[in-house]
Order: sequence, then C-alpha cells, then structure tokens
Amino acid sequence: MQLHTLWFIILAVVWIGFFVLEGFDFGVGVLHTIVGRGEIERRVALNTIGPFWDGNEVWLVVAGAGTFAAFPGWYATMFSALYLALLLVLAALMARGVAFEFRGKSENSRWRNTWTWCTTLGSLFVPLLLGVGLGDLLNGLPIDASHEYTGDFFDLLTPYGLWTGVTILGLCLLHGATFLMLKTTDAVRERARGLAPALGWAAVALVLGFVIWTRVVVGHTQVPGPVEVLALIAVVFAARLARSEHHEGLAFTASATAIAATIGSIFIDLYPNVMVSSTSTAFNLSVNNSASGHYALVVMSIVVVLFLPLVLAYQGWSFYVFRARVQAPPAQAE
Amino acid sequence: MTNDLARWQFATTSIYHFLFVPVTIGLAFLVAILQTAWHRNGRPEYRQLTRFFGTLLLINVAVGVVTGLVQEFEFGMNWSVYSRFVGDVFGGPLAMEGLAAFFLESTFLGLWLFGWDRLPKRIHLACIWMVAIGAMLSALFIMAANSWMQHPVGYTLNHQGRPQLNNVGALFTNPTFLWGYVHVLLAAMVTGSLVMLAVSAWYLRKQREVEAFQRTASLSLAVLIPSIVLALFVGSELGVVETKYQPMKIAAAEAQWSNCQPCSFSLFQIGGGKNDMTPSQIIEVPHLLSLLATNSWNGKVVGLTQLQAEYEKRYGPGNYVPDVFIQYWSMRIMAYLASLVLLLALWGAWLLHRGTLARSKWFLRCSIWAVVSPFLMNTAGWMLTENGRQPWIVQGLMKTVNASSPSVSSTDIWISLVVFVAIYAALGAADVILMLRYARKGLDHEDEREADGSMPATGGAGAIPALTY
Repeated sequence: MQLHTLWFIILAVVWIGFFVLEGFDFGVGVLHTIVGRGEIERRVALNTIGPFWDGNEVWLVVAGAGTFAAFPGWYATMFSALYLALLLVLAALMARGVAFEFRGKSENSRWRNTWTWCTTLGSLFVPLLLGVGLGDLLNGLPIDASHEYTGDFFDLLTPYGLWTGVTILGLCLLHGATFLMLKTTDAVRERARGLAPALGWAAVALVLGFVIWTRVVVGHTQVPGPVEVLALIAVVFAARLARSEHHEGLAFTASATAIAATIGSIFIDLYPNVMVSSTSTAFNLSVNNSASGHYALVVMSIVVVLFLPLVLAYQGWSFYVFRARVQAPPAQAE
Repeated sequence: MTNDLARWQFATTSIYHFLFVPVTIGLAFLVAILQTAWHRNGRPEYRQLTRFFGTLLLINVAVGVVTGLVQEFEFGMNWSVYSRFVGDVFGGPLAMEGLAAFFLESTFLGLWLFGWDRLPKRIHLACIWMVAIGAMLSALFIMAANSWMQHPVGYTLNHQGRPQLNNVGALFTNPTFLWGYVHVLLAAMVTGSLVMLAVSAWYLRKQREVEAFQRTASLSLAVLIPSIVLALFVGSELGVVETKYQPMKIAAAEAQWSNCQPCSFSLFQIGGGKNDMTPSQIIEVPHLLSLLATNSWNGKVVGLTQLQAEYEKRYGPGNYVPDVFIQYWSMRIMAYLASLVLLLALWGAWLLHRGTLARSKWFLRCSIWAVVSPFLMNTAGWMLTENGRQPWIVQGLMKTVNASSPSVSSTDIWISLVVFVAIYAALGAADVILMLRYARKGLDHEDEREADGSMPATGGAGAIPALTY
C-alpha cells in the first residue's frame, strides 16, 4: 500500500474516532435540557460527559492537523473553501467548550441559562456543519484548476451536503441518548430511554435516505457497499434495542457502529479523491495530487504508530475509571 | 487589503490565545508542585491550596483550549497558499502536538478534575503531572513549527519549489527552536508564578488565610527568581541566534540603520516611525548592543541600510525592513518589565529571608499589580519575534503578502474578525469575572471535612462526581 493511501485511512479512522466519541458529547449537549428537568438533573446529564469531552475533542484537532501534515493541498483547499462554515463551527465549539467549565461556577440563573443555550446550540451546530462539509467533499464543490474554491458560502449548502449534515446530527442525538441510558439512573435514564426509540427511527430514515442519495451522487454503482449496509443494520438495531432497559450496552454499541460506518462510508466513496470538483473532474483533489512527500509521510506514520496506541490506552483507561453511572447526590435530589 | 485583514486577524487571535497559554503552563506546574507537597506532608492546607489554584487553572484552560482551536483552523482558512506551500514540513509538528501533547493534557485534565475521590492518591497526583507535561510538550511542538518559519531547516525544495522535509531531527535541533522554546517555558513559569504571587499577596494584604498563602507566596518566589534570571539570559542568547539568522530583526529592534562597532544600546528614543531614519536616541549605554547581539564586547552589528541592500541583491527589489517602531519598543517593553520583575523578585527574597514578607504593605501592593506585567511582556515578546520576521512569512522562502487565501474575500475576513473579537471579548469578560470571584472566594474548608470523612462524599464512595460541572 502506498503511504498516501495509508494516510487517507488514518485520517478516516481519526474522523470516525472523533464522531464515535464526541458524537455522544454532542447528543448529550443537545439533549441535556430535555432529559434533565431541574438544575440537578441537568448537571447530572452534563457530568456524564464531564471527564471525557475535552479529550474527545482532540480527535478533531488531530484530524485537522493530520490533514495539514499529510495532505497540505487538501487542508488548504478544504479550510479556505469552508471558510464561513468553519467560522460557525469554531464559534459553536468555543461556546460549548467554555460552557461546560463555566456553567456550574455561578448560582445566577441568567448565567446558567446563557451557558445552557451555548451548550445546546453549540452541540447542535458542530455535527450539523461538519456533516455538511463532509458531504460536500464527496458531492463536489466549485474548485478550479489551481485547486482554489470559486464559490461562496451558499454554494456549500448543497441539498446532499445538508442531508448528510442532518443525518450525522441525527446519529449524534441517538448516540447521546444511548450514552445517557448507559450512564445515568432514575428519571434521567428513563427520559433518555423514552426519547431513544423516536430518535432511533428518525436516524434510520435519515441513514436510509443518505445511503440512497449517496448512490445517486457516486453514480457508478447502484448497489450500496457493505459498510453502508452495516450502517443501516446498526442503526435499525440501535432503534430497536433502545426501548429496553436490559440492552443499554448493546444499544450504545449499535449507535456507535452506525456512526462509525456512516462516516467510514463517506471516506470509502471518496477515495482516491479527497475533494471532488463540481467544475471539472480534472480538477479533483486526490490523495496523489495533494499529499506531502515520502519522507514526511514516513515520519508522521512512525509518530502515529508510537502515539496512537498510547492515546487509545489512556483514553480507554479514563472510560474505565469513570465507568459507573452518574447519580444525583441523595441529599440534593429533587 | 485582504492580506492586511488576515494579518490583523492572526495577530489578534494569536496574541489573545497566548494570554492564556503561559498561565496554563506555569500554573499547571505550580499546582502539580502543591499537590506533590500535600502528597508528601499530608497537611490539609496543601490540599486546599491545590484545589484553589486548580480551579483558577481550569477556568483559564477552558479559554486557552478553545482559542487554540481557532489557531489550528486559521492556517488553512486565511493562509491557504502558505498552508499548501509549507504543510510538508510545518504540518508535521502540529500533528505531533495533537497526538503527543494535546491528547495527554486533555485526557488527564478530565481524570484529574473528576478523579479526586475516585483515583488512588498517587495516581491522581500523576494525573496533574501529566497535565503539566502535556502543556509543556504542546509548546515544544508549536515552537518547533514557529522556529521553522524564523529559520527554515531540514528541507529541500522540490521541482515545484516547495519545501519538503528531509531531516526531522533538524526541526528539533534548530538553534532558534532550542533557545526560543526554553525562553517560552521560562516566560510561562514567570507568568504562572506572578499570578500565584499576586493572589497570595492579595490574601496577605487582607490578612485572610495568612499561613496558607504565605506558603504559596514563598513557592511562587522560589519559582519566579530563577525563572526571571534565566529568562533574561536565554532571551539575550536568543537575540544572538537571531542576529545570525535574522539580522533585520535585531537591527530593527535597536533602530540601527548604519553599521556600528562597537554598538551602544539606547534606553529611549524620540521619533523612529516608519521612515524616520534619524530618531533622537536618549541615554546610550556603550557596548551593550554589541554584547546583546553578538556576545562580544566589540561585536559588529550590520545596520538596516546595508542589510536592505544585501537582501535586494539576493531576493530582488522590495522593502525588507520590518516595522522599526514596533521592534524598538516591543524589545524595550519586554526587557524593562523583566528587569522590574527581577527587582520585585529580589525584594521578595530579601523579605522572605527577614521573615517580614506577610507584613510588608508595599511589597504586597506591588506584587498584586505586577500580575499585569507578564501579559505585557509575553505580548511584546511575540510582537518582536513575529513583526521582526516581516516581510517574510517563512524567512527567505515566502513573503506574507503572497500567503493568504485567494478564495477568501475581505468581506469573509471582516465577518470572521468581528465574530472572533465579539466572542473573545465575551469569553474574556466571563473569564475575568470567574477568575476574580474564585480568587477571592478563599480556601474551601468544607472540602476538607468531606475528605476527612466527617461529611459524606457526594454521591457515595466511588461514584462519579455528579455536580463537578
């Protein structure tokens, strides 16, 4: 296998890691006011992701920086093309990032409401907009011969891109609900279980639409690939299992698989391109014409081999340490 | 126009980001020391102090982390030509930073914050050290990337004229990087210890929790004194390295248009704007510039006029002189404030020695106000470094004016600049409100009873803390 193909796979894996992990953070962020009625319950919901969200977000940073290192051409075109969309992503990431830390630090209800909104809206817009961006990579954007974007903000909002964004958002909401079922008790857990089947079937519809539409966009074959089939099966399983209080772990595994397979399928359909040009296929960015040199890729591969297992080990350990359910302290329960 | 706006945006966002970075690096290290002390001697006030300064650290980290995301995205958004050109070399350290440092810092910060009553004490202590090490490693990779822009090494140009990495070791043995990184670490220690000193001084002034905050005043001085002395020394060595590789930067910092040997250092000057080649320099200290720039008593410093002529010959027509006014004054703001901080630190050491620190009204008052100085010094230091590289974005390889994104309009950058400034202002306000509130709140003694077992731990033993956030 050529090194730039290996790096394409590494980046796909990092994006999958990001959405599988931060996906439930986004879901919890959006749902925390729905599953939590009072202040204590809301805090319980937020604290389920408390120890994890910051580490989970680093996957996005590595996806960005890894693209910069391995495919400078891709990084340059993608980030300048998605300019205003990424501005919104950054604004949303900043709002929710500080909200976690700041929200509980004052009793003032206006203060708390402000950060509650930041968490909810921030967690909603990041997966939506990143989903639109990923859909656009595959669907094509106006890109000229020198690999520069020639459209404006509204050219980013393609119907297929928007559908992809909503699909990924829907999957994150389902993933957040199954995570809450797994990590809370009592009323919060029950409300999460009440929401999950509806979110699950909505996600089934979205993923089904996404798979069909992707066949139209990709064009050359009408048969969905195995990974797309896996995404569909997983999301159906997640929706069915979400009703039961005995299969919470399985439901969470299913929603994680559904996200992983959906993100994975985008990259599989994309390869060997990294950004499709809607102006002319001759202007497509591919792993061949946007990659770094051989030496740089060798160095970065060694770095990944050394550090990624280590990262997985200590992140896995942190999930193990905080494996218990989060429960409101008895004295303060409402 | 677009290029200027992109520069304004990068300058604004990176200066703002770097208000928080050195506090994180410095305070994480100091909090780790406090917790180590608690681990060793078991005195409850060390646990209280660890939690107290830990909270200040966390408030600060929140803003530091999210503003760091902007930096990571901004290269591609605003500087796509630059990114395409340098990614092969420059992207590497950024990706390494994510994998080797940022993951470490973020994951262990979560473990530390939520692990207080859950992890064994020794492991919990190790977590805060991982956070401190992660923060320092983060700076290492970022400085390696930045130093490559100052003094590109370890690459060859390919057939398209693009730099390609051919020696990764060279990135990390680059003299600009070695001196620059140590300088940044020391500046972070100065920043962290001045923040801790100011908070401690405030409590001592109010005569609240005197015993506990006397300890942190001593600790902060113990870190501050060696850090500021070494920062001055390393900074001047960095100047010598820069004189070798970026002579314009140092000549402009002294507004030295003509060649000189030996060269004196002027304490102040009047004039010296963009095209003013004859500012009135006031109080000249003989030989000092020679010493600073070349490490020798009679060293020669080539003036801007000759350098400009040499650069035109080498790189073609153009103006290669950075903004002399910014260079001259950022150099002085940094150096003068550092000297004042050194005096403050020595004063503090003397009072500690006499045992009268907690009662010295004037020292405490000065220490509280001194908290402003590290932020001014750090900003001035980066102005000196980055402005001094202009007109280059990568010294000798690419000019800043050619590096911005062609597909991004000035309207786009206006929108993003306004959005960032608005968000940063709001974050800054919220951060300051919280920092002041928590800095004044005092030590949490209830927390201690909880740890003793005289109060039930929230949620029962072993449970995940439900109300940390």
